[in-house]
Amino acid sequence: MNESNVNHFQPCHTPTPKEVTRRRFFETLSIALGGVCAAMLGVPVVGFVIAPLFRKMKDTWISVGKTGDFGIGKTVNVPFPDPSPLPWAGITAKGAAWLRRESQGQFTAFSVNCTHMGCPVRWLPNAELFMCPCHGGVYYKDGSVAAGPPPKPLVRFEVRVTNDRVEIKAAAIPITTKL
Amino acid sequence: MKRFVHSVWKWIDDRLGIVELVGPSMKHLVPHDAGWWYVFGSATMVAFIIQVVTGVALAFSYVSSSSQAYETLLFITNDAPFGSFLRGMHYFGASAMVLMVGAHMAQTFLFGSYKFPREMNWASGVLLLGFTLIMGFTGQLLRWDQNATWSVVVAAEQAGRVPFIGDWLARFILGGNTIGGATLSRFFAIHVFLVPALIFLFVALHLRLVLRHGISEPPTAGKPVDPKTYRQKYAKLLEKSGHPFWPDGAWRDFVFGTGLIVVIVLLALLVGPPALDKPPDPSVLNADPRPDWYLLWYFAVLALIPARLEGYVMILAPAVIGILLLVAPLLNNRGERAPSRRPWSIAVVVLSVITIGSLWIAGARSPWSPNFDPVPLTPQIVGATSGPVFKGAQLFQEKACLNCHLIEGHGGRRGPELTNIAAKLTKNDMTIRIVNGGVNMPAFGAMLKPQDIEDLLAFLQTRKIQRP
Repeated sequence: MNESNVNHFQPCHTPTPKEVTRRRFFETLSIALGGVCAAMLGVPVVGFVIAPLFRKMKDTWISVGKTGDFGIGKTVNVPFPDPSPLPWAGITAKGAAWLRRESQGQFTAFSVNCTHMGCPVRWLPNAELFMCPCHGGVYYKDGSVAAGPPPKPLVRFEVRVTNDRVEIKAAAIPITTKL
Repeated sequence: MKRFVHSVWKWIDDRLGIVELVGPSMKHLVPHDAGWWYVFGSATMVAFIIQVVTGVALAFSYVSSSSQAYETLLFITNDAPFGSFLRGMHYFGASAMVLMVGAHMAQTFLFGSYKFPREMNWASGVLLLGFTLIMGFTGQLLRWDQNATWSVVVAAEQAGRVPFIGDWLARFILGGNTIGGATLSRFFAIHVFLVPALIFLFVALHLRLVLRHGISEPPTAGKPVDPKTYRQKYAKLLEKSGHPFWPDGAWRDFVFGTGLIVVIVLLALLVGPPALDKPPDPSVLNADPRPDWYLLWYFAVLALIPARLEGYVMILAPAVIGILLLVAPLLNNRGERAPSRRPWSIAVVVLSVITIGSLWIAGARSPWSPNFDPVPLTPQIVGATSGPVFKGAQLFQEKACLNCHLIEGHGGRRGPELTNIAAKLTKNDMTIRIVNGGVNMPAFGAMLKPQDIEDLLAFLQTRKIQRP
């Protein structure tokens, strides 16, 4: 039971220059192989993790309703499906925009994200203002900044009318503010 | 029987070398007067162990899929035996970890324990503080309710301000161009694998350094740290009056740690886990994103800093604070340790607590946010049932003035309270403000008819506190 578990690694003699060279070679070889292994593992891992950075959004026009569904001068929330969702996105495979019908044939679509911090702005129809719940940003009905910290107007999405249907061009969440 | 157990233990210990591995750590000498001030480090460890244990248990039912995470949380909270309790433990364990790491850091700073030779103890602790806050934020996101999804967007917007790589960072956080399938799974990987691995690594380093340099003795005024002589003096001190960590020093850690666990259990039982918000549907816009309490102070910072400084505060301030904390021991690693000889250290800690505390209170109240559901003004408050005053009151509510202004306890706090506005502003002043707006108020000139403005003014001119 009481066995010794002490190992002794004492060099038995002073290494010769030849052995030193050989040892240096083994050191270099081992470190280089470690680097190769790390690269073989690291490149695909890093590539896999950062892949979403390079995922392009498809240029997809999404129908959000018939023109008759939208009253002139009214602004409404139009939800729409994510045009290229991952299979397990579920309830999150959705987006939304604020759609305003300016006139008979003219529509404006705003991003729902406040340009200050990205929080979802709400439309107050009687006041005709967009308000942000986070830090109190306010926008006029044309999306321009009315008050508070937002540095820019609400981002606009492309919108068109095709065959009597209003279509919005799906777009990424706008990352609006720079340093 | 006893002999048999002893014999088995001896065999196991011989093969595994447990006593050889742990014994010196447990028996290492610590200053005899290291008292209750020294329990916060081990308490942080206790909180972290609670997080690991409850986190692993929760992971048995949690599904890190954007489509199912919310449902699994509902199941854990409402149906699974002990599910709600475990969620509560995990939440209050996180809170305890943040508080204890803060207390440990303040004590270390006040006692000057970061000075020679413990500079790297401090630096590794600073990194552990950062990891703890990352765990707090990512943990909130794993709730994967409406609040969580919008918090991801807020985080992405902030990251977007980093020069040159901001857009990439933002897309990395979102897991693409929008909230979706990839968003949650990456936060799950960060919260469950990546950052805990870093915490384990740095806790091991931190403990290794504690053993290497010893627990700092309580500071004494007039006994400054001199790197040339400190180690010899410390060794002599331990030789003369040190006692073994186990059990002479450790019992306090066990008492305090047990107390901490009891408090966490009680809070989990009595208060319960944080309520789940609505499902994470990005097309539902009636959301009100708020961070958990330990980051509310930062939420307040974002609301209160001047707009032109915002980007710098958001990006540079955390970087500068982090670097300052990391290099603090290098700037001042010798000299007096006693707080009485370093009054500025007390000032730094007190000022930090007051600043974060004040910001925290401001964040909890968040007066800068409009009130989207104000209680309507009562006829008694309006004081009229017809005529211009009545119409003005109606307009005041319809045009969302009430969302931002308080009148007799009704409304928002975004703008100034108007309960007594007639005593402060003339009709002309009010007209200018309504028509032109201000920094935090829209200009209503183009949105209101002249008669509407007159009615509003009629209402506002009646807003005067009647003195008896």
